[in-house]
Amino acid sequence: MMKTLIWVEHDNTSVKDATLSVITAAAKLGEVTALVAGSDCAAIAEETAKIAGVSKVLKADDAAYANALAENIAPLIADLMGSYDAFLAPATTTGKNISPRVAALLDVMQISDILSVEGPKTFTRPVYAGNAIATVESTDAKLVITVRGTAFDKAEATGGSASVEDVSGPGDAGLASFVGAEIATLERPELTSAKIIVSGGRALRDAETFESVITPLADKLGAGIGASRAAVDAGYVPNDYQVGQTGKIVAPEVYIAIGISGAIQHLAGMKDSKTIIAINKDEEAPIFQVADIGLVSDLFTAVPELCEKL
Amino acid sequence: MKALVCVKRVLDYNVTPRVKPDGSGVDLTNVKMSMNPFDEIAVEEAVRLKEKGVVTEIIAVSIGPDKAQETLRTALAMGVDRAILVQTDDTVEPLAVAKIVKGVADAEQPGLLITGKQAIDDDSNQTGQMLAALMNRPQGTFANELTVEGEHVVVKREIDGGLETVKLALPAIITTDLRLNEPRYASLPNIMKAKKKPLEIKTPADFGVDTQPRIKTLKVSEPPTRAAGVKVADVDELVAKLKALGVA
Ligand SMILES: Cc1cc2nc3c(=O)[nH]c(=O)nc-3n(C[C@H](O)[C@H](O)[C@H](O)COP(=O)(O)OP(=O)(O)OC[C@H]3O[C@@H](n4cnc5c(N)ncnc54)[C@H](O)[C@@H]3O)c2cc1C
Ligand SMILES: Nc1ncnc2c1ncn2[C@@H]1O[C@H](COP(=O)(O)O)[C@@H](O)[C@H]1O
Repeated sequence: MMKTLIWVEHDNTSVKDATLSVITAAAKLGEVTALVAGSDCAAIAEETAKIAGVSKVLKADDAAYANALAENIAPLIADLMGSYDAFLAPATTTGKNISPRVAALLDVMQISDILSVEGPKTFTRPVYAGNAIATVESTDAKLVITVRGTAFDKAEATGGSASVEDVSGPGDAGLASFVGAEIATLERPELTSAKIIVSGGRALRDAETFESVITPLADKLGAGIGASRAAVDAGYVPNDYQVGQTGKIVAPEVYIAIGISGAIQHLAGMKDSKTIIAINKDEEAPIFQVADIGLVSDLFTAVPELCEKL
Repeated sequence: MKALVCVKRVLDYNVTPRVKPDGSGVDLTNVKMSMNPFDEIAVEEAVRLKEKGVVTEIIAVSIGPDKAQETLRTALAMGVDRAILVQTDDTVEPLAVAKIVKGVADAEQPGLLITGKQAIDDDSNQTGQMLAALMNRPQGTFANELTVEGEHVVVKREIDGGLETVKLALPAIITTDLRLNEPRYASLPNIMKAKKKPLEIKTPADFGVDTQPRIKTLKVSEPPTRAAGVKVADVDELVAKLKALGVA
């Protein structure tokens, strides 16, 4: 049985959902130890100890770990990996920042963005924007893995009773410092955990139009809001709304694509949604090839009408 | 200060990849290949820094087959000063790429090393971070904006919740995100000039790097396809469908 170490993503207020999927993936390999690194992170360690499937929590409490700087956290993880066979992190922006740095310190090739665990060293992962699925086997002595959140069920947040142990690491590497963050406080569901997503594309014209057309529908449905790259590049919405190969990967119950053509890079981020609905005035738009329900119509009349009739 | 940029030759982003019937990989015969889009952004950023006088010389590196010379010529036409092809027909994984690039960096001593955040073929998103680890230098991944300030570079990063700013000691590794800049097209005169710029050819062995893959690809298959859906005639029908789904 393997011993796995997972990195817990948190914002000092709560454990991020993506971590729960990582625990499910790690449990398929073996026993799960969870590392909580942060500054004043005792409450997060307690929260982690309650997650079903976690057998031990390591708490590294140090100002150097406050903002999840890869330069400081990767050496801590690499040191701890002396006692573990596999390291797993979520394939979120922060997980993707830290994990390859750990892999290189261990002289291991990371297996990125796994979709399934096929055996102790065998996994599937998407390549070419999900247009191909590779089954890969690691030949390294230790595994370093990032996990696609939408591909694994979330572990139960309660029911566990793991012990919490303090660990310390090398601390501040003196290479990088955190200056600040512009994090939007969302009143609506986060994209990666939303049950319904309303997404807008280039057709929405500008930020005001995006807001006046997409937001009322999202409000009606209690949905998260996403966007295509074109809509983000044009400044209709912030960068973290982007769904796709190089943005967020989502798989809600219902994904409503409005004025989005359906480029492969966009489909890569949403084609595992349970039901896809597309509204586009071009009946040839590629989005209709993956949509379960399609409406060929001008969005500027269809969406307000839809809002009114819901 | 020198800048080192990494450019990979990949299947053009406009081409739909086709899985080979024998499951051995994606078919790359007779298809359009281009510079990885994130690497165009890396080259553009280096060229802008040179235009601002922050960077004095730009070196582009590619690890790949002989044909990757075309990709390097594109980089030279965009404004890179000289290029190094580390030639091999083998698949080189991010860890080995990072080791080779470190070898180049040890010789060239650049102040900034810029890679794409992700190669759109293997979708690994690893090389820049690995390079930073091997060099024991800081990393500004998923860069949205960067400013060199004396001995530091301030990097605004695209993260899940929005944007984050970090300050890194130089030399530093940067990986580019989509909004960092909009890459230029090379002009015809610059394409002509690029033909005369120096392009050196090396091998992985010159850097003492073993490129033997650590990951075995057992098979490559098509993703599950979605069954064809239905078109509704009007909004009323759509509302009915939404109600049936229980979302309205
Ligand atoms: C390296 C790289 C990475 C990328 N990563 C991503 C990614 O992660 N996510 C992503 O989304 N894209 C990504 N892209 C971009 C992608 O290739 C497409 O350019 C982008 O998805 C197009 O966005 P869009 O569908 O909004 O715009 P368009 O393709 O311009 O489509 C607009 C659509 O709106 C329809 N329309 C116009 N007016 C109306 C109207 N009045 N009513 C109804 N419909 C209307 C049109 O028929 C059209 O289908 C990436 C590209 C590259 C090169
Ligand atoms: N063979 C290669 N030659 C040059 N640069 C590469 C190569 N492979 C990866 N890179 C660089 O590393 C980035 C990230 O690639 P990856 O980690 O494979 O997703 C790319 O955008 C390139 O800048």
